[in-house]
Amino acid sequence: MLLVFAGLLIHATLHLPARGDPDAPMHRERNRAGGLVAGDYFVRNAYRDAATPNMVTVVLADYRSVDTLGEVIVVFTAGVSCFLILRRRRRYD
Amino acid sequence: MTSPSQSVIIIVAGRALAPLIQLFGIYVIIHGHYSPGGGFQGGALLAAGVILLRMTEGRCAAQSEISTEAAIPVASIGALIFAGTGLVTLAFGGHYMDYGVVPVPGIEEPMVRYYGILLVEFGIGLAVMTALVAIFDDMLDDPSPENGDVDAGKPAEDLKRP
Repeated sequence: MLLVFAGLLIHATLHLPARGDPDAPMHRERNRAGGLVAGDYFVRNAYRDAATPNMVTVVLADYRSVDTLGEVIVVFTAGVSCFLILRRRRRYD
Repeated sequence: MTSPSQSVIIIVAGRALAPLIQLFGIYVIIHGHYSPGGGFQGGALLAAGVILLRMTEGRCAAQSEISTEAAIPVASIGALIFAGTGLVTLAFGGHYMDYGVVPVPGIEEPMVRYYGILLVEFGIGLAVMTALVAIFDDMLDDPSPENGDVDAGKPAEDLKRP
């Protein structure tokens, strides 16, 4: 089983575009339907918009910040769930 | 690993490593604008420092840094810093999390976004750190005298069924 899935994954990996290939779909300015590719905008404008050299940070905390808020809420919910389920409340009187 | 270690080597190594880990965590949060990193990674490192101390010296160690009771409230504050930053931008007429609309005198729009990202990363780091510490503390909520719990042995009223 494991070998079959490993073989499938390796087979799929061999058909990925080469790294840095300018003709790869994610590096084009327009996708096949003719719309603008979001990643192209991020690469061009990340520093201009937020004065931050690390464009991954800009995407995570600015362009996609609502998604990051969801991630924080997931972690926070995990903490609150552990608090509610596991913590033994001890009351003394 | 709920009981404090008896080995001097482990205790000294934990005391020596924890501040370095946490210093690196703060660096990862603050330097996330220039290098790989950010709130999640830095928060995990800060939590790792606290958890390392609690593993080596017992669960009552490092309570002054972040106490078991304060963990969940501080996590809420961290998440609220994040969400509140978004609400501030709403108040100035922009989209949610659109930091650039906040008028800060003397600072241009890209730098406002820069500081907005920094504030948000700080909130993420606070929330992630305290949430991880809270999960760790809850999972080994095993009050006993050898863990240094002075309240151990007292009756747990709400565990008794009426």
